[in-house]
Amino acid sequence: MTSVYELMDYAEVIERFDPVLGLEVHVELHTNTKMFCGCANVFGGEPNTQVCPTCLGMPGALPTLNGKAVESAIRIGLALNCEIAEWCRFARKNYFYPDMPKNFQTSQYDEPIAFNGFLDVTLDDGSLFRVEIERAHMEEDTGKSLHVGGSDGRIHGAEHSLLDYNRAGVPLIEIVTKPIEGTGERAPEVARAYVTALRDLLKALDVSDVRMDQGSLRCDANVSLMAKDATEFGTRTETKNVNSLRSVERAVRFEMTRQAAILVAGGKITQETRHFDESTGSTSPGRTKETAEDYRYFPEPDLTPIAPSREWVEELRGTLPELPWERRKRVQDEWSLTDAELRDLVNAGAVDLVAATVDAGATPAEARSWWVAYLTKEANNRGVELSELAITPAQIATVIGLVNSGELTNKLAREVVTGVLEGEGEPEAVIEARGLKVVSDDSALEKAVDEALAAQPDVAAKIRDGKVAAAGAIVGAVMKATKGQADAKRVRELIIARCS
Amino acid sequence: MSDLIRSTAAELAARIASREVSAVEVTQAHLDRIGEVDGAVNAFLHVDTEGALKAAREVDDDIAAGAHVGPLAGVPIALKDVLTTEGVPTTVGSKILEGWVPPYDATVTRRLKEAGVVILGKTNMDEFAMGSSTENSAYGPTRNPWDLDRIPGGSGGGSAAALAAFEAPLSIGTDTGGSIRQPGAVTGTVGVKPTYGGVSRYGLVAFSSSLDQAGPCARTVLDAALLHEVIAGYDPMDSTSINAPVPPVVAAAREGANGDLSGVRVGVVTQFSGEGYQPGVLRSFEAAVAQLKQLGAEIVEVSCPSFDYALPAYYLIAPSEASSNLARFDAMRYGIRVGDDSTRSAEEVMSLTREAGFGPEVKRRIMIGTYALSSGYYDAYYGSAQKVRTLISRDFEAAFATVDVLVSPTTPTTAFRIGERTGDPLAMYKADLCTIPANLAGNAAMSLPSGLSDEDGLPVGLQLMAPALQDHRMYRVAAAYEVARDAAAGAPLIQGVPQLAGAAR
Repeated sequence: MTSVYELMDYAEVIERFDPVLGLEVHVELHTNTKMFCGCANVFGGEPNTQVCPTCLGMPGALPTLNGKAVESAIRIGLALNCEIAEWCRFARKNYFYPDMPKNFQTSQYDEPIAFNGFLDVTLDDGSLFRVEIERAHMEEDTGKSLHVGGSDGRIHGAEHSLLDYNRAGVPLIEIVTKPIEGTGERAPEVARAYVTALRDLLKALDVSDVRMDQGSLRCDANVSLMAKDATEFGTRTETKNVNSLRSVERAVRFEMTRQAAILVAGGKITQETRHFDESTGSTSPGRTKETAEDYRYFPEPDLTPIAPSREWVEELRGTLPELPWERRKRVQDEWSLTDAELRDLVNAGAVDLVAATVDAGATPAEARSWWVAYLTKEANNRGVELSELAITPAQIATVIGLVNSGELTNKLAREVVTGVLEGEGEPEAVIEARGLKVVSDDSALEKAVDEALAAQPDVAAKIRDGKVAAAGAIVGAVMKATKGQADAKRVRELIIARCS
Repeated sequence: MSDLIRSTAAELAARIASREVSAVEVTQAHLDRIGEVDGAVNAFLHVDTEGALKAAREVDDDIAAGAHVGPLAGVPIALKDVLTTEGVPTTVGSKILEGWVPPYDATVTRRLKEAGVVILGKTNMDEFAMGSSTENSAYGPTRNPWDLDRIPGGSGGGSAAALAAFEAPLSIGTDTGGSIRQPGAVTGTVGVKPTYGGVSRYGLVAFSSSLDQAGPCARTVLDAALLHEVIAGYDPMDSTSINAPVPPVVAAAREGANGDLSGVRVGVVTQFSGEGYQPGVLRSFEAAVAQLKQLGAEIVEVSCPSFDYALPAYYLIAPSEASSNLARFDAMRYGIRVGDDSTRSAEEVMSLTREAGFGPEVKRRIMIGTYALSSGYYDAYYGSAQKVRTLISRDFEAAFATVDVLVSPTTPTTAFRIGERTGDPLAMYKADLCTIPANLAGNAAMSLPSGLSDEDGLPVGLQLMAPALQDHRMYRVAAAYEVARDAAAGAPLIQGVPQLAGAAR
């Protein structure tokens, strides 16, 4: 096994090959209970505390279907413009693995609940790309293996393994695209944009936490290359462990450059599972199998078929929320945004936050300026998502209101926001505690102005000579003297009044 | 005490309820009997003396307090070791589950406890219910009380032998291809496979999920009916459980006992006769049909041509499902673990455990099933078998359009000798020739004694089959026949079973 790969320059890859992608996304539903039993479906519990005879695969235990999970699956299918099966079944996917309690996964095989759909995704330049959806099907998650004693937590080299079955039986929806062709050089971008769009959609549907870092959204990227004159798809690899949006893009790009180098050198691509390494941005072969896995699928005899009535499907269609792209179109119109402004807003993940801030009384421009310009930077500095910042749209609206009424300057407002982010309480409490009220008492300001003018007689003389620009130095001195709590505009007015 | 162990469950329940006898006395009498004869019979894998006496005391206390108790309260029962029992070992007759104590009760177990039925212990069985003789148990064969050198049938040989040896008046079996009815037939007892979905499978360690069905075993039709009503009914824990009222089987058994079958149309399945059938079995069957006619039933011959393919279809579907159901026995969470010396991988430990833990018949069926489900063979084997299954259901539908119940011998021969068929799996499989169609179609079926075969003096079973959810039809016919047969013979068949007391071998 070699860790150093020959890679081809990306521009050359695109010159010689057409990439073909296939994306498989697993989504953990955030139903209250697991797919086939009544155990709590909560991330991060003490190992093996959210288990019962059914999800441990105890002899004699049987599954019962979580109706809410079926409902979520149908809503996802509808939002992805899929057809919903009139009759479908679960199937058993048979293979042995220690973290799979029954040594078969209850899944769906040739009868998925939803099929034949599409998702239009927005690329960075604002253009749309249609990704065709092959199917969305229901299945259960496996438990988790923790390999101890190896170098990197992988099974290779581990001394022993620990098993946690809390995740076993958590409801999953697997969404599989049809082969994505015609992306050219934008293949990595399309892959990222698709997963992003899917994440936003699932979030809007309120069916999953869609946290890639916690594994509630997982992406496997299939990549193959076709020579420009080829008529058939090339051999593909399937890259797993792609745990962030950025990784999706990097993994696709890496595989394209790796495969191209092999093909050009006369080599063959091995059809295999590969593992993405975040730190190096490269992929390496996963466990190799001597023979192709035969899962011996057959219909699950412990569950009855699912036959969602057309009335129920239509009822669920009625529960679909405004979908992200519809919402974007609407806010662009309502807030009169340019395409670039909309893109910044969407890329910052701030649409909902800005909307809520507007609902709380701010103007769209004010709200955008806070969330997109200022708070995005704060989130980056703190290494969290914008939505995870410890401040609410209502609090931002309050701060904006205080600026508008002159009670806070912009600088003070930022300090108030910092206080809220630091957990010091509501904006009012921060202002009180930190003593951040604007000094609006003219007599106090006049005193400070007089002192500043007296301290800098040469500057005062210039102002009296009509060189009003020189007032800046005095303003600065006054602001310093009042610890920034003065309204600079008012200070300037007072200086000029005093010197005229 | 012998009157207590020879009583029917209905009689015992009445005597316990009227406080003529205590549940503890009844339980102790059966525990004593088990201690006396089970060394020879080996019907039990585990006897829960303490648990049984405690349960009996609670029933006595309830009755003393004037509480309302169920129709079988205080009556002892033997439970096939395929049903989970919280705190009491459950092995499924397999070494791989040796020492496993389940943390939960099967729904059947729970319902029995709630009804005050006293669980004496767990009965022997072919490993994972795979077999027709109980010789595939990892814990030694059960012997037939009629002749200790012969098999008690299988897979529920323990549950049937316990009845015939008067170790329990009631028992629970499970029937995937005949595992209640065939043991019933060869031990001269009554065994019922209810409609699929009629009794919850929750806690029934799966052999073949689409075929497995738990049911009542007893020495009389009425006792079986009383037990049927205790264990049957919708269970939300089993998705394949039928959400419908339990068929009125007790009322049907009481009605049938009046002995009038006029207006009932009985179909004789023509496929279940001829080559391979023991003449004495066929003669007993013909006498039973004549008896039914005498009771007023109309007898017609019915052809079910697809039944000829039931056995091969069954031996594809059941092993296929088993190969998947038994995958969970991997040493990770329960049961024995072999080879875990910290040098071997999890996969190696799984493999060594399964090699050591499963017996040859179980391995044979896992291999057949794995093969039948393999890519490239699925359509030819599993797919074709499912089509046969559909054809068999259609044969039943066509038959039940013209008759109320179907009858046949339960099994082609009487009890064979221990060891006689162990080297010939196909001969062993043929013991279930007549019972399998009802499993494939999911309808109700039962076996009750029709007498002794005239050439070997061993019990013969009469099989009755009814449409799904029409279980009461066969109870009515069975009860009428039972009364008439016993009257004609002068005594219930079971009274002819040899004395076992002191028969320790």
